[in-house]
Amino acid sequence: MSVVDRQEWDVVVVGAGGAGLRAAIEARERGARTAVICKSLFGKAHTVMAEGGIAAAMANANEHDTWQVHFRDTMRGGKFLNQWRMAELHAREAPDRVWELETWGALFDRTKDGRISQRNFGGHEYPRLAHVGDRTGLELIRTLQQKAVALQQQDFKETGDYESRLKVFQECTVTRVLKDGPRVSGVFAYERESGRFFVLEAPAVVVATGGIGKSFKVTSNSWEYTGDGHALALLAGAPLLNMEFVQFHPTGMVWPPSVKGILVTESVRGDGGVLRNSEGKRFMFDYVPDVFKEKYAESEEEGDRWYEDPEHNRRPPELLPRDEVARAINSEVKAGRGSPHGGVFLDVSTRMPAEVIRRRLPSMYHQFKELADVDITAEAMEVGPTCHYVMGGIAVDSDTAAARGVPGLFAAGEVAGGMHGSNRLGGNSLSDLLVFGRRAGWHAAEHAARQAGDRPAVDDAQADAASAEALRPFSAEAEAGADRTGEAGPPENPYTLHQELQQTMNDLVGIIRREGEMEQALEKLAELRVRARRAGVEGHRQFNPGWHLALDLRNMLLVSECVARAALERTESRGGHTREDHPTMDRRWRNANLLCALADPTGGLAATDPARGQIRLTRETTEPIRPDLLALFEKEELVKYLAEEELYE
Amino acid sequence: MATGTEPQQNSGGVRARTRAAIAAPHLRTDRWWLAPAVTAAGLFAFVVYSTWRAFAGADYYAAPYVSPFYSPCLAQNCRTMHAGPNADLFGSWWGLSPAIIILIFPLGFRLTCYYYRKAYYRSFWASPPACAVAEPHAKYTGETRFPLILQNVHRYFFYAALLVAGVLTYDTVLSFRDTHYRWGHMGLGTLVFLVNIVLIWAYTVSCHSCRHIVGGKLKHFSRHPVRYRAWQFVGRLNARHMQLAWASLFSVWLADFYVYLVASGVFADPRFF
Amino acid sequence: MSSYEARFKVWRGDVEGGALRDFTVEVNDGEVVLDIIHRLQATQAPDLAVRWNCKAGKCGSCSAEINGRPRLMCMTRMSVFSREETITVTPMRTFPVIRDLVTDVGFNYQKAREVPAFVPPAGVGPGEYRMMQEDVDRSQEFRKCIECFLCQNTCHVVRDHEENKPAFAGPRFLMRIAELDMHPLDGAAETGLDRGRTAQDEHGLGYCNITKCCTEVCPEDIHITDNALIPMKERVVDRKYDPLVWLSSKIRRRTS
Repeated sequence: MSVVDRQEWDVVVVGAGGAGLRAAIEARERGARTAVICKSLFGKAHTVMAEGGIAAAMANANEHDTWQVHFRDTMRGGKFLNQWRMAELHAREAPDRVWELETWGALFDRTKDGRISQRNFGGHEYPRLAHVGDRTGLELIRTLQQKAVALQQQDFKETGDYESRLKVFQECTVTRVLKDGPRVSGVFAYERESGRFFVLEAPAVVVATGGIGKSFKVTSNSWEYTGDGHALALLAGAPLLNMEFVQFHPTGMVWPPSVKGILVTESVRGDGGVLRNSEGKRFMFDYVPDVFKEKYAESEEEGDRWYEDPEHNRRPPELLPRDEVARAINSEVKAGRGSPHGGVFLDVSTRMPAEVIRRRLPSMYHQFKELADVDITAEAMEVGPTCHYVMGGIAVDSDTAAARGVPGLFAAGEVAGGMHGSNRLGGNSLSDLLVFGRRAGWHAAEHAARQAGDRPAVDDAQADAASAEALRPFSAEAEAGADRTGEAGPPENPYTLHQELQQTMNDLVGIIRREGEMEQALEKLAELRVRARRAGVEGHRQFNPGWHLALDLRNMLLVSECVARAALERTESRGGHTREDHPTMDRRWRNANLLCALADPTGGLAATDPARGQIRLTRETTEPIRPDLLALFEKEELVKYLAEEELYE
Repeated sequence: MATGTEPQQNSGGVRARTRAAIAAPHLRTDRWWLAPAVTAAGLFAFVVYSTWRAFAGADYYAAPYVSPFYSPCLAQNCRTMHAGPNADLFGSWWGLSPAIIILIFPLGFRLTCYYYRKAYYRSFWASPPACAVAEPHAKYTGETRFPLILQNVHRYFFYAALLVAGVLTYDTVLSFRDTHYRWGHMGLGTLVFLVNIVLIWAYTVSCHSCRHIVGGKLKHFSRHPVRYRAWQFVGRLNARHMQLAWASLFSVWLADFYVYLVASGVFADPRFF
Repeated sequence: MSSYEARFKVWRGDVEGGALRDFTVEVNDGEVVLDIIHRLQATQAPDLAVRWNCKAGKCGSCSAEINGRPRLMCMTRMSVFSREETITVTPMRTFPVIRDLVTDVGFNYQKAREVPAFVPPAGVGPGEYRMMQEDVDRSQEFRKCIECFLCQNTCHVVRDHEENKPAFAGPRFLMRIAELDMHPLDGAAETGLDRGRTAQDEHGLGYCNITKCCTEVCPEDIHITDNALIPMKERVVDRKYDPLVWLSSKIRRRTS
């Protein structure tokens, strides 16, 4: 019999970043009693790290900008693998989502006539990113946080309780989505502070947990990015889509070692920063791929003119989509033309006056000054690729954000797949959070309302199983001698396992991939899974980071296997997936989705049985792009991407 | 677990029961006491000096210089200063040094100044002595009640300080005379007065109240471009308010001391022309 | 430039009690205090509780006191200390301790709720907001706040006087009031909400004696005292302590 605390809610949102909070606000405004669960403190989510801006075709900076142009840029960036309906909704709705933030108190940087200023960014045809200096993510999260508080204040006035309709459970981790038959019935979670378990019963659960970067060694992601939502969905029976696409941001810090991977915002390049190798050459001109040849400058002079006169010049190749730039930097470093600490030089100091740099890139200035003792107004930064974003994620319905196959499960933000295809454009993630966060909250609230008369029940056995699973690391030592699998061994340190996992993914399933290495990675992952069962922790349940990590390992191992298997399967290079042995884009893969599902469909604890692989891969054909959307592109462009039969349908 | 945890209702500061059990009132290893000690010493020295000079009622005029401590001079017992800042508002009944009447205003201005408040709250009151160093007081109500609520009159002292600064400007103009009141001359004292008046104005104008009045109170700078510029200018000065407070304190001391030295005959004012 | 062994004292314990524990730990070139705490976790004290997140000074999670000074652990480089120095790390001492370096910062979330939210101006729809850069500059500075709560922690009003917690919102939230009061389109006044007056009457602005420790510890270099607290005090003077204003309001009341 389960003794954990239980509470009833209509909608539970897992994650309090941009998508989670936007979903929670929407669900609450539509009348659903909404609970938000987040691993960190309220307002600390990884969204605060977003720097550049929110992409939305508001046409404040260039009157020619429309949602169609934004849609086109998004599809190009994603190499036409995007779930096109998501890209369409995203481009159409983003401006409203940004304007709405202003009514909640957001203060974006302004144009001369008092509208929201928009800046240039890689892959965007027009200046499109609403921003606040280079701390746009902070503004976004704070605005949503304050809107949530505003709603709580309203509820306080009406009910005398701030948390009657919208409550944030901060510093809590969800370990399982519970189900009643096929339907979602709630979540099982623990408080990080006390280690206490609890169950939130709800007919609708929105997963908005962000990404998976902590499975890689060099990453711009925070500790929270352990792929929890991906794993929760998998374990609940929902498939993951195109997990092979992992974006390596071209510019992360490379020195000092302790901050390796921390992001250097793309706005540095958008505002005029250039990339040079150790020979002082602007090497990006050598790396413009054929599909982008007409769109980018051929000479430094033309590229430089573009900053002043974008109408009559083509943009410099530093502003190519992220995957292209990341690969180019990787090649330069490999060819021995890298900087002392193994990156390349990113220079704004010779391009802008110090005063302008400090005003437009305040937090970059601050970050380099404080962490690396480098004054970016006087010297070049050293940068290199860093694991930044996963395009793959939970397969969802475009309009409702509902996860496939699990009624009541919704997903939004980075954890949801499809929107960005094989590569995300900068600025498109913040708008993605808002557009699909809102849609997820909206449809979750509706789903919950429909279930009101017949709420799914929480099965005690499931809660007990989840509780046993969560407590395992405390008894790992005792079990170590007599492991059920028969593979006895010493207890394992979760920190060591995590480091080995990160090294494996970084080295073997990183930015450039090879068949043999990925097979090796899968073997290593299997070994780590066996050892992870012996991951033991000392101490007690109260705020015990070793225990938390031991629990997160399950998720990272699951997700890493998805990435590795899907990457091995897709024999082409596209967007965030680069195969050395299949270096070009293959049009036959254009309409192919790879779906990861749990090998053991019962979704029980047996799914973590280390002997077999946990993931089964299936391939499906994507839905054809709607003709009116296809008509937005020139035929000459489409032939580069689409297979013959798609063109003549 | 949830966002709203009730704060515990018990006192005792950093040694309160709920807080991390650390006996030391602070764990700072730097010389945190240096700044408050220097501040206290500086302020104390000035107070001693100015008390002596204010009550002395002598040696405050040496043509063409009048000590800033005695300007304007508002009682009958003032020395006659040719075309100087004499204005006999108080008449003959005032028997004390005439400095007492006027010093109230600059003293009040500095006493209620946001910078000096910080300085003496920290150095004299130890409230707190330095950041993250526990203060010795059992109770604290800040500026919520009498007498400290009176700090809010700072703005009125600012207006008065403007007037005083105006008079001191006049005195500085008068210092361009020689000992026989002929115009167009300068001595070392003139330079001292010039430096002093510039610093006095800079300190006065850089005041937080001034910053509020010229533009800070506005909601929309864009509708008041002139005041916006004024606010920006005052803001730039205001960033140096502390330095200006000390510099002008020093310069006003120097101006008075200079007049004292000349008036008491210790030193003859070197004339330039 | 190489690695060396540093001496650390780290407070370990919980609300029942605790003490500074000694550690000797490796330090490498370019590391920050948080790296060292993580190394302790990975090698010597796996259950050492610490709150952190972005490790780049943007989220404000890893607030603590290092050698008695409130700081972000991720932004305190080891190179600012000498190799001989013993470095003391304790949790923030103003908030109830939970475990080791983690404190209960619920006080701040409570205070956040007590500040009335932005009031959208009547009759201005989404997309119609027009604000000039110079009008948003002031509030934007305050919105740089990463809510590390170091200012709340260092403020002696609550640090040294637990009993003031109910009455005093602390620098972070008085600054929030300033941010809203200076927001060019905030419509609070039209709804009868006088933010300046409530700052004094309900959020304890009068407790602030402008000793500037909040500004001193702010990792974002926000001029909390000069740009938010003092301007709010001046706005309060406008409303409450200006005899001219008081007189004119008396007269107006009599004539109306």
